[in-house]
Amino acid sequence: MPVIASRGLRKTFGKSVALESVDLQVEEGRILGLIGRNGSGKTTALSAMVGLIPYQGELKVLDRNPWTERDQLMRDVSFIADVALLPRWLQVSQALDYVAGVHPRFHRMRAEALLAKTAIRPDNKVMKLSKGMITQLHLALILAIDAKLLVLDEPTLGLDLSFRKQFYDSPLNDYWDHRRTVVVATHEVDEIEDILTDVAFLDRGRIVFGCSIEDIESRYWEVMVNPENVAAARALNPINERRSLGRSILLFEGVDRQQLSGVGDVRRPSVADLFGALTSSRAEASQGARI
Amino acid sequence: MTGFSSAFEAQEVASARLSPVRPLYWSVRRELWENRSLYVAPASAAVVFLLGFLISTIHLPATIRNLPALDPMHQHETIALPYDMAAGLLMLTAMVVGGFYCVDALQAERRDRSILFWKSLPVSDSTTVLAKAFIPLVFLPLLTFAIIFALQVCMLLTSSAVVSASGLNAATLWTQLSFFKMTLLLLYHLLTIHALWQAPVYGWLLLVSAWARRAAFLWAILPPFAIGAIERIVFGTSRFAHLLRLTGGGNEALTAPGTFPMDPVTHVTPGTFLVSPGLWIGLALTAIFLTLAIRLRHDRGPAN
Repeated sequence: MPVIASRGLRKTFGKSVALESVDLQVEEGRILGLIGRNGSGKTTALSAMVGLIPYQGELKVLDRNPWTERDQLMRDVSFIADVALLPRWLQVSQALDYVAGVHPRFHRMRAEALLAKTAIRPDNKVMKLSKGMITQLHLALILAIDAKLLVLDEPTLGLDLSFRKQFYDSPLNDYWDHRRTVVVATHEVDEIEDILTDVAFLDRGRIVFGCSIEDIESRYWEVMVNPENVAAARALNPINERRSLGRSILLFEGVDRQQLSGVGDVRRPSVADLFGALTSSRAEASQGARI
Repeated sequence: MTGFSSAFEAQEVASARLSPVRPLYWSVRRELWENRSLYVAPASAAVVFLLGFLISTIHLPATIRNLPALDPMHQHETIALPYDMAAGLLMLTAMVVGGFYCVDALQAERRDRSILFWKSLPVSDSTTVLAKAFIPLVFLPLLTFAIIFALQVCMLLTSSAVVSASGLNAATLWTQLSFFKMTLLLLYHLLTIHALWQAPVYGWLLLVSAWARRAAFLWAILPPFAIGAIERIVFGTSRFAHLLRLTGGGNEALTAPGTFPMDPVTHVTPGTFLVSPGLWIGLALTAIFLTLAIRLRHDRGPAN
């Protein structure tokens, strides 16, 4: 049974279409990066998964309907929908008391251990904390829940670089134990690339690309080509081409590496490169723009 | 990180089942953390009133001396007046506090987007709304009772001390007040009128709070006010205002000769009250309002 299974998922807000025929299957133990630009539908997709908004089409999370069974689902799913949304009046110790009171899988000691590494004190009120500290508190609460699925929407948005890096290195890595499933939505691909097992690119409400990291590493190559070899390289059917510092950078899918090394320097594309190549080309093509 | 990992595994087994009452209990506590005015305002009103009363005890010995000159009915009224005023002030405070609380209760969490945090926890919308309804329907009446009781005890003890100190018999106060019966009547009044009879008012306010995107207070007040005003202009009556349970009502609960329901000669008629259609229509309306509020809490996200 997949942890998340959607088929023809669609969501509209009035006349604007936020999600269109999203088919997604996330198996247990995967870390999926849902990558898209602002307004591409990431938040809408995640909101549907955790039962915050109604939708059309099929969507099952842990075999439950998120919209009608949110409260039962939340025993096994934890999520952060947005940064800095803990209520201002809440005291840190009250937050711990409350979550411990209502959540059967919350481990208070674990949350306290996470908080002990921060500057947050139990008698602090949320309104006295900085934005970064509020996120730290929220993460400590959420990561102390023994959930089967963790959903994070831009968890590091608006935070400083050192904290962002630290978050993906340490707490999230410790949380993940090969049985938990994590879905992270972000537009900052670089900072989470290393921890992902799968990526899905969302562009204008549609999933334009979905792949495991292993597959990306074995199937995609980026070649830096000098001007004299461009014609030869183009003959090998690149899926994308861009220019940088006087050289062309061509992206190939499923083309033999040996063959490619004849026309230029071959390297593995980063997820960010792939994202840029796969979404911008389609977006511009659909607008009829010149590449 | 090792300490963290070991705690991680040790607690793997502890996935204790929680009883359904626990989320409700913690949701009510959450409301009290957020809305400290629920008890701070009535407590402050009581303290201010007590201070005023203490100053007024200067005149108390004179009042007691002049008491025999009055007829028995007025004797009681003279002594009981400050106690009735204390009760009235606290009830009014509780109603105002309860009203403001309800209007904000389901809107504030959408306004500050914290609803996204609350909804990330396994607490149903019914539990949340019922915890919020618990505040005006159960918590506030009982708190009001406790505060009025404490306040009246303080008043009675200090008056007794003042009266005794001026060489008069403090027993006059106690017999005139019949404190025990007054307290029972107070509790009866709070439970019948403030909890049961006014329940649909609080239900309505919670519903508007769950529905309105902004200006919940205006939405709660204006439509009923408009209907009442139109009725007054067109028919010259005020039945709708009466229906709103803000002007009197609940007369089935007791037969009181005076203005104050805590008068010891008040004759309570709980039987009549319990079979009165007005009560049950009101409770049915409350149930409808709360069901709709639960529905809206489920459907609506943050207000921006």
